[in-house]
Amino acid sequence: MDMSRLPKAAQLASLGEHAPRWRPGLPRARQGVQHSEIFASIDDAGGAGCALAFALDEMRHMETGRLEEKPLLWVQDELSCKRSGRPYRPGLPRELRHRLIHVAARKPEDALFALEEGMRCRDLACVIGEIAGNPRALDLTATRRLSLAAERHGVPLFLIRHDARPDVSSARMRWNVRSAPSPQPRWNLAAPGQPTWHAELFRARAHAPGEWILRDDGQALLAERPAANRATAPDHGDLAGAAGAGSLAAL
Amino acid sequence: MAIWLALLALDRWRHSENCRRGEGADVDPLVLISETAHGPRVEAANDAGLQAGAAPGMMLADARTLCPQLKVAPSDPAGDLAFLERLAVWAQRWGPWSAMDAPDGLLVDVTAVAHLFGGEERLLEDVHARFAAQGLTARAAIAPTAGAAWALAHYGPKGAILAPDDDGMARLSGLPVASLRLDGDVLLVLRRLGLKRLGDLAELGRDAVQRRFRNRRSPSANPLVRMDQLLGRVPEPLLPVVAIEAPLVQRRLMEPIRHRALLDQVLADLADDMVRELEARGEGARRLELGLWRVDGEVVLRKLEMAAATREAKHICRLFAARLDDVDAGFGIEMVRLRAAWSEPLALAQKDLEAAAEEHGTSLAACIDRLTVRLGERAVRKPVLRGSHLPERAQGWQAPLEPEQASQEMLDFHSRPLKMLDRPEQIAVLYASPDGYPRRFRWRGGVHEVVRVEGPERIAPEWWREKGSARLRDYYRIEDGEGRRYWIYRAGLASDGRGGMPDWFLQGLFA
Repeated sequence: MDMSRLPKAAQLASLGEHAPRWRPGLPRARQGVQHSEIFASIDDAGGAGCALAFALDEMRHMETGRLEEKPLLWVQDELSCKRSGRPYRPGLPRELRHRLIHVAARKPEDALFALEEGMRCRDLACVIGEIAGNPRALDLTATRRLSLAAERHGVPLFLIRHDARPDVSSARMRWNVRSAPSPQPRWNLAAPGQPTWHAELFRARAHAPGEWILRDDGQALLAERPAANRATAPDHGDLAGAAGAGSLAAL
Repeated sequence: MAIWLALLALDRWRHSENCRRGEGADVDPLVLISETAHGPRVEAANDAGLQAGAAPGMMLADARTLCPQLKVAPSDPAGDLAFLERLAVWAQRWGPWSAMDAPDGLLVDVTAVAHLFGGEERLLEDVHARFAAQGLTARAAIAPTAGAAWALAHYGPKGAILAPDDDGMARLSGLPVASLRLDGDVLLVLRRLGLKRLGDLAELGRDAVQRRFRNRRSPSANPLVRMDQLLGRVPEPLLPVVAIEAPLVQRRLMEPIRHRALLDQVLADLADDMVRELEARGEGARRLELGLWRVDGEVVLRKLEMAAATREAKHICRLFAARLDDVDAGFGIEMVRLRAAWSEPLALAQKDLEAAAEEHGTSLAACIDRLTVRLGERAVRKPVLRGSHLPERAQGWQAPLEPEQASQEMLDFHSRPLKMLDRPEQIAVLYASPDGYPRRFRWRGGVHEVVRVEGPERIAPEWWREKGSARLRDYYRIEDGEGRRYWIYRAGLASDGRGGMPDWFLQGLFA
């Protein structure tokens, strides 16, 4: 084994300094993150909403100045179809309404096949998947296939894992997402406002973990630190980065 | 030229019995029947049957009283029609195009072709001889218009020819009014008026006939329109029968094959042949049928439908490969045939100059084909808007590459959920007053405290579709204590008199 090829301890320690904190629009700049996993409850469309917001954020940056509009593939397995419902066109973000192609797969194996086929297609803007629970088919090998396909063909994948344990996976970013209380709308103070999510990045290859409150205001994805976190706890993300421990997340 | 196959049903029956007229099975009296609400009815009778007293249109029971030893066979109108269609294509030997005149006639355009057969008389002789050789009773006539030719074929002398410079009315005035191709009830009216011949109708004068049939628009109900068509005063468009040849390639194999690898090789060869065939016609295949003929006579069929017309051998092979896993080769497959049952024009396309774009990944149509082959046709679809106020009806699904119909977008102030459950789930709701805001509800075993609420948005049932007892819906957008947002509705009002206290349902999940 060629020991000289391995990174030095000093290089490893400095990795954290290069790893910037996650912020909206960042993945595009680094051209890295293509495969994200989003863990969410099946009784809550917050996970799907947040995945769409991420996708939209990515697409807005990728498609600036491009005329052609590529469609978007949304794959659901049977359980997620039944328990969390199918996408409803009038409720989708305006930019995506006419571009959606929906795949209802019966088994998780079929859903994985559809996801991979979707990522190998050059005419798709992005792929969104929903898989409920921890099916046997979705093991480390399968996630690795997905990550490689996404990186090779440059089609981002947002895989929503409903009610799932965070097992080993090769996803480049893994999020825990749940709905958060929305801001007060301007006119009717008693009404629900703009969709808001509490997103926790708990494992990422290139970024330090952290928590954000996310919201899509129609033009861009907005992120702010959660109020409780800001007030009491110190900012772990930056500290971890400075200490060079951020690479723990890498797999 | 009009051709009338007077005894088409009987001729076909004789074909199936393999006997000539008046011989073999045709000696005994026989009728062809169809089932009606009032019992079996005689559709056609052979010569012996006619002599025995059976006539078309009679009930079978009546015919049996006249002739107890009458034999019966079912008639086959669908088969007759299919036969007539094939016959119409065959009849294009006498003219550039032909049309069907269901149920038992053909119309062939013989404008400026008679000299190829040596004149119109010779042409008609040829027609009669050819049909007689086929065992079909035919009467043909030639006239400048389709209507006149039809009238002469049915009611004129045998082999009648009406030349363009003849006086049509003079020649045709002796024919009965039935030669105008009118409906039965109109013929009855004419008979009651005492109009029996075309000449009678012409003598009566246009105005009188026009007054009597002024509100009949369809040609088959208006004698004046039919008369004008007969004399060529108004045009009569006909629908030509065009034969479509599906591209077909096949391989007969010297040795029956039993192994998959060999079958894949044969399939690849066939796909190459098919691509060449399609390219020559400037078409791409939408539906392909692969037939595998086994040594023991079994035929295995595999069908494939593509999202867009394609002419790529590799793609075709790959799609079929997924469908050939469960083929039982038995003692071996001796013939393989590939047929493009549905093809669409597909022009030759220039290769992408940027080679990377060609090689990198698959095209959308290919991706959808692969998904459809594995997951089934109904699995890959695109949501489209439908014109309805009811949320579950406002969205329909269609094939992803089909063009979308123009539709009105939803109004912006109606906010709709990101995801919709397949069927609304009933929830137990706590409220302050029956018609007021919900306070707390239980869904899937969890209790949700309603913190913020907007509504109601009232959606009335679609009375033109549903029963009168359908209840209206009051929709509320709510957000619970943890920030989860749902779309719930109350089906009905407590005081609407359409059942007891209204139930609550959860239908959608907001982002």
